[in-house]
Order: sequence, then structure tokens, then C-alpha cells
Amino acid sequence: MKVSITVNGEQRTDEVEPRLLLAHYLRETCGLRATNVGCDTTSCGACTVVVDGLSVKSCTVLAVATDGSQVTTLEGLAGPDGELHPMQAAFRAEHGLQCGFCTPGMVMAAIGVLADNPDPTDREVREGLEGNLCRCTGYHNIVRAVRTAAQAGPAAGQVPQAQEVEA
Amino acid sequence: MSILGTRVVRTEDPLFLTLGATYTDDLVDHRLTGAVHVTFVRSQVAHGRLLSVDVSAAREAPGVVAAYTAADVDLEPIPAGLPMVPEAMRRQWLATDTVRFVGDIVAVVLTEERYQGEDAAEQVVVDVDVLPAVVGTAQAARDEVLLFPEAGTNVMASFGAPAPSDFFDGCEVVVTQRLVNQRVAPVPLETRATAAAWGEDGRVTIWCTNQGAQQAKTQIAGWLGLDESLVHLVTPDVGGGFGAKIGADPEYAFVAWLARKVGRPTRWTENRSENMLGMLHGRGQDQVVTIGGRRDGTVEAYSLVVDQDAGAYPRVGVILPTLTMLMAPAVYGFPKIHAQARVLATNATSIGAYRGAGRPEATAAVERAIDLFAAEIGMDPAEVRRKNLLEPFDTPHTTPTGAVYDSGDYVVALDRVLEAAGYPELRAEQAARRERGDARQLGIGLAVYVEVTGADTGLGAAESAELEVHPDGTATVLTGTSPHGQGHATTWAMLASDQLGIPVEKITVVHGDTDRIPRGGGTMGSRSLQQGGAAVHQAAVELIDLAKQRAAEVLEVDPADLEVDLASAGLQVRGTPGSGVTFAQLAGSEPLVVQTRFTAGGATFPFGAHVVVVEVDVESGKAEVVRIIAVDDAGTIVNPLLAEGQRHGGIAQGVAQALLEEVLYDSDGNPQTSTLADYPFVSATELPSFELVDMATPTPMNPLGAKGIGEAGTIGATPAVQNAVVDAVAHLGVRHVDMPCTPMRVWRAVQEAQQGGSSS
Repeated sequence: MKVSITVNGEQRTDEVEPRLLLAHYLRETCGLRATNVGCDTTSCGACTVVVDGLSVKSCTVLAVATDGSQVTTLEGLAGPDGELHPMQAAFRAEHGLQCGFCTPGMVMAAIGVLADNPDPTDREVREGLEGNLCRCTGYHNIVRAVRTAAQAGPAAGQVPQAQEVEA
Repeated sequence: MSILGTRVVRTEDPLFLTLGATYTDDLVDHRLTGAVHVTFVRSQVAHGRLLSVDVSAAREAPGVVAAYTAADVDLEPIPAGLPMVPEAMRRQWLATDTVRFVGDIVAVVLTEERYQGEDAAEQVVVDVDVLPAVVGTAQAARDEVLLFPEAGTNVMASFGAPAPSDFFDGCEVVVTQRLVNQRVAPVPLETRATAAAWGEDGRVTIWCTNQGAQQAKTQIAGWLGLDESLVHLVTPDVGGGFGAKIGADPEYAFVAWLARKVGRPTRWTENRSENMLGMLHGRGQDQVVTIGGRRDGTVEAYSLVVDQDAGAYPRVGVILPTLTMLMAPAVYGFPKIHAQARVLATNATSIGAYRGAGRPEATAAVERAIDLFAAEIGMDPAEVRRKNLLEPFDTPHTTPTGAVYDSGDYVVALDRVLEAAGYPELRAEQAARRERGDARQLGIGLAVYVEVTGADTGLGAAESAELEVHPDGTATVLTGTSPHGQGHATTWAMLASDQLGIPVEKITVVHGDTDRIPRGGGTMGSRSLQQGGAAVHQAAVELIDLAKQRAAEVLEVDPADLEVDLASAGLQVRGTPGSGVTFAQLAGSEPLVVQTRFTAGGATFPFGAHVVVVEVDVESGKAEVVRIIAVDDAGTIVNPLLAEGQRHGGIAQGVAQALLEEVLYDSDGNPQTSTLADYPFVSATELPSFELVDMATPTPMNPLGAKGIGEAGTIGATPAVQNAVVDAVAHLGVRHVDMPCTPMRVWRAVQEAQQGGSSS
């Protein structure tokens, strides 16, 4: 089947198997390898990306189901000059990652948490990230990172494409 | 001011946070062009006679390049690699006549594309005559059903002898309890993955997710019957290990063998269900503790008897109980210690190392025993601990089991954590809730621990480092350690920068490539900083010596008159600013490089104390962790930011084992927890933020004064959480709840205690 998907601001058209998962479309068809597959059961969230402004787990979405959508992955967050998105900067500053495998999904999910609630409490951050698992950090610094990112203002809860669409 | 001891953010993070790390499954390499995907077909029964495996239909499936069974394999069986294990317990690469766990490999399918592999695997027909399964150590010990009939027993190994019959004679109080240190899954978020490609020169390059490239290379070369020089092993970025990625897995070697057989590069990345079956599990000990002493709180004798579930085939699990036995005395000066273990084969996934690997099991046992003893004599558990702790020491202390503790002050660790927790206030709050009969009761759990890191396991006492300064002012560090989240790229750069003055961001750290780094011990057992980091420090010191010799000629001065000028990253004549030459300039004429090997003075023994506060709903049995206060003394800290991260992660895994995680099998040996949807992995909502208290008692075993920190949190947190849960319902008559302390277990313990039955 033919799909037209805008990935990180770039529209592309690809021929895909109907059963191809979005996660594998992004990784193998688009060559964007930051998005990771950790569980196959929508449990770990390592594959989380933002589709049309909502953070979703790309391991249980078919690529064909996102035909016509805007998809943003970790690779699409930093500015053209390499400037980190506020969430990326906060994860670095607060040491919110260790092995890095959960990180792409965690960052995309955290943006979704702030999109829903720009100034969450620790408890609200924890509940917002419940579907994203991390084995390394004990979540302590991830929670701090999301709180820190929130201080950067509304941009921390948005992906670049969403801003362009709004403009 | 030295950069050491400061909170340097990680140099690896900008890449990890923008393009992502490069894990094995992410690799794009010309040598892997046209690689075929490997799919293993695994047994769906735990124990059975393998009558036939038919791959003829699979060979006709779309995209299939080849399909093989045991009959196609020309490799010798996998050696146990452990002298104490009967030869009959060796594993075949693909099962021949018997399958011994759900996950045993019976066939393999190679396909052009990934999705085709699962389709083709469905076409493999496996005929098995099912045998009764051996589930758990108690059944295994009866030897009624044998996994390896030729061995005549399910016992893989035994260590130690029974305690003398008079061992507890004279004790006023003796308490005994069976404890379960349950089987858990390490669950690194990156599952196992490997790729292999043979070159024209007859060498094979193997990429795999692993904690130590050099050790894995040696194993794989041995299994494949290759000279080590023919194997090039690369560990790219690794998405977590927690011990389960120590050493090569048979699958890695087999994927390389397949590449040679099929004449094409091969790739394998397991899915999560396969990982839950195929990757080594951790813990898996049934223990009996017996503790005896006086009513004033003095413990006089302590016995620990371990039955280790090793799973179907011998792996590291066989030797784990020897570490448990070594660390049985823990932080205490008990006059009499007894420890004994046997290792049993069961129809389950093999047991290997998991965060702490044998030492958390020792701490969990003794910390539970202390609480049981305290409850029996009606004394505060903090008081019983204080009464039995070893006195502070700064010269080595040898325990009755032969461990040589380097330095420690356990009394101060306990005092500090109690003070930070506000222990008397917590006890007062607990008393008030009990008085009121609140539905939510407070539990306060303690654990004091000591562990061993950087032990000489035959691989681990020494570590290699190479340091080169380049003419452009950058430097490269090559290390034999192999990080998977610990941040060596940053910390090793800090150690070199501290000596040379070259900024951290100009220092590149290379690891995990056996062609570039032939010798190394890997990252395991919390050895990296104290051995690998110390090696980098030593390399920098040696590089300065070399630079002084060169600079002395250039500047025509005595080398002894030269000193390092950190501001310019070079050398200058003592007391004469601006007189010098930079390391970069010295590297201009000929390479400025040193290779070194650091050997530690011995193992180190990090220690600490944890207090955990839980609220338990006595009507539902659900425990919620409210506070965790932790002292973890790992000697000198190089980067507090990263050390805290290690503590956080360890504590979380401790909580997870105490409250949630458990690999379960039914009575037929069928796994009940084979996805993350049914394995109760800890999420952010089950944890509080952690309150860390600092304490640093440097070790004399290396020039940094550093001890290991990677496993500490796990070792302290697990029994502290379990003790807290039991403590919350102790006033209702409960003495013990096995891990994981699930709502059902806690609720049942409360019901039994209130009906006057046994609470354990």
C-alpha cells in the first residue's frame, strides 16, 4: 500500500506492507533509528512518537493508519542549528538517562505530559509517564527533568511541527 | 580546582538525545549488507523427549533462505565451563533428544526479511513426548524426575557442609525461617541482539549487546573452535545489562556459525517474549536462616542454607551461592557463622548474574534474620543492629567466611540514615496509627549492608587503558571496561582531564572493540571505576612522565624541573609561567601515547544503610513506598551526578524485587510472565523520589579511593522494603512475608495472623 506521511516535517510517500508497524516504518523505511522497540506489547513506551500532536506508542500502530499524518520522532526535536528542545536539554541537565534505550520514547512521552499539563506536580509527572518504563534511572531524575523542562514554558510541551501547523 | 568530585553532565548525552544511541539493531554497516534475519524456534514445553523436528514446510515459506535442526549442526556441545558441574549437563546448540525448558532452541529459520521469520517459524512442526516438569528447588532436590538422567541427580554443585548439631547450643533464643529470594528477570530495555559477517580473510566480525567484548570474544572463539585472532567482537551502544549481558550467549556464537554456513551476513534481534524466556534470569534462591543469641540483643550464631535454582543448564547461577556464602556475615561480628549451598537443575530458564549477583541474596537473608530475632526478643531492630555491627575499621577485617573487608564504618552509616529519616518521629507516628487502628499502617524497614566489588574473578582484578594525546589538542582513551549507561565516556574523560588539563569535551573514550582493545575485563560487579577508571588515571600519570622526557629535550631542562600546567594542558618549567610546551605540541613530532594495565590492591567492600517507610493498607494488603532514605558509601566519588544515578537505579530495582517482580511458572513449567504486560515491571508511579545521604570512606585498594556503586542501591533497598512491609503489619502478629510482598501475600499473612495461624 502507498502511504504519505510527514515525518519530522518532511513529507514522504512509501510503498509499505499493510501489516508494517509504524515503529518499523520509522526505523527501517525512513532510517530513523532513535525510536526503539522494547516490548511488542505497548507496555514499555520506548517506541513513543508524536502523531498529530499526540504521543502514541508506535509499536502498536500500523504505518498505514498514519497515512496523511504528521509524525515527530526524537530526531525531529532539535532546532536546525542543533539547539536542543527544552525537554532534551532538561534530560541532559538532570541526568535523566543512562543507557538511553527508553530515552527517545520517554522524551516524546514527557512532551505529551506537558502538552496536557504545563505545570505538573511530581505525582502528576509520574502518573503521566506510567506507560513508559526505564530500568536504569529509578525515574527520579526523569521526574526532575520534566519539572525542569516545564519551567522553560509552553515550548516544552510542543514538537516543532505542531508549532508550524499552528502558525 | 580539580574537576573530580564535580557534577559534570554527560558528554554522550547530546547524541543520545538528538539522534539516539546506536544499539546493535540500529547498526548500518556495509559488511552487513544483504544480511539474513535469524529466527529461533523454541520449545513450547518445559520438559519432553524430542521425537522429531520437521522444517520442510518452513523451507518453502516466503523469503526463507535456510532452516536447520540439530542434525545440521557440526559444533561440539556447549561446555559448562564450570569444573564442579557434571559433564552430562552440557547444553546442545539445538536440542537433540530432550527439551529442558520453554525456550530451549529446537530449530532455526533464516529469512530475507524480519517479518518473514516469524511466519516461517510457525511452519516448523515439533513433535514432543511431554515429560513431567521439575519446577522449583524442592521438587528438583527429590530427584524423582531428572533433567539429565545420565548425571543421576539434579544437583549441579554443592558447597559447604551442614552445621554441627551443637551450633546453636547455649543460645537463649533461636529463630528459624524459610525465605524466598525469588526468580526475577533482568529486563534490560534493549533485548539481546547480534550480527555477524565473515571477511575474505577468514575472520568474523560479531556485533552484539554485551557488557564485556573481550570475555565474549574468548568464549565465542572457544565454542566455535576458532583461534581468537579470527574473531573481532564489537559491542556498540548497549541498552542496559544488569548482569544478564555478561559473557556471550550461545545464540551469539550460533548466529556467527550460521553466517558461515549460509555464506551471508546474519542478524538476530529477539523480541521481548523471547527475551523473557531466553535471557538469563536472576536470584532464584530458597534460603533457610537460623539466628540465635541472647535476649539482650546479642547474636551468637547465624546459619544460612541456600538452595539455588540454576534452571535447565549451568550458567553463572551455579557459582552465585558461593558469593552469597562469602557475604553471609554481612556487617555483623557474629561469633559463629555457618553457610552452605546446593545448586539444582529445574525445567526453567538458566539463572545468571543480576544486579548484585549473589550478594543481595546474602544481605536479604541476614537483614530479615535480624528483624525476626528483634521481633522475637521484643527489641527495636535498629538497636539489635547497632549491638551487633562490626566496630569501625581502617585496616582490613577478615570475616569467618574469608572475605577481607578493606575499610568500613557501619555504625556511622546506620546513625546517619536514622538521623536523616527522623527515626524516633517515624516510630512515634507508627505507634499513633497503631493506637488509632488506622486502615493505613506505617512500616519502617532497615537494612545495613556491605558488598564486595572488584573481586578477582579470574578476569576482573586488572584493567587496561590506553591514552593518546593528538596534535590538535584532543585525546583518546581506550578502556577495557564496557559501559551500558554508567557514563564512562564522561567519567573516564574527567579522570584524564584532571591530570592533563585537556577539557573533557575534547577527550573521546573508546570501548568494546576487541581489535582496538584486545584486553579488558568489561563492566560488571561494580568494578569499572575502581579498576578501569584507576587504569585511566594511571595512564595519565604515565603519559605525563613520557611527556616530561620529551619536553626536557625540547626545552633543554631537567625533566624533574617540569610540572603540569593544567591551564595550558601542557608542561612548564617549575615556577616559570609561559615557559612551557603543550601536550598537543609534544604529540606533533611523534605519537604521545601510553598503554597501561592497572592491578587493584584487592576487592573493595562498599557499604551503607537504608531506611524505607511504607504505608500498608491492612484491608487490601497493598503497600506503598512513601520514603526511601539511603546512605551508600562507595569511597571517593568522581562524578556525584552519575553516582547518584547509579544509586537511584539500584534502589528502584530493589523496590521492584521486594514488592512486584517475580518470574512465575505453572506446575507444568509454563512461564506465566513472558511479556511486560504480565511481568510486573516497576513504573514511575510505584516509586517516590529518593533521599540520598552522602558518606565517603575511601579505599586504599586504588589511587582514586573509589569503591563500586552500581549494585549498592539494590542490595540495601530490597530487604529494607521487605522489612518495612512486615513491620507495618507486625502489630497484627505477622512475622514474615516472602518477596514479592504483593497485596495478596500481605493480606493473607494478616488474615492468618489474626486467625492465630502461622504468619509465615
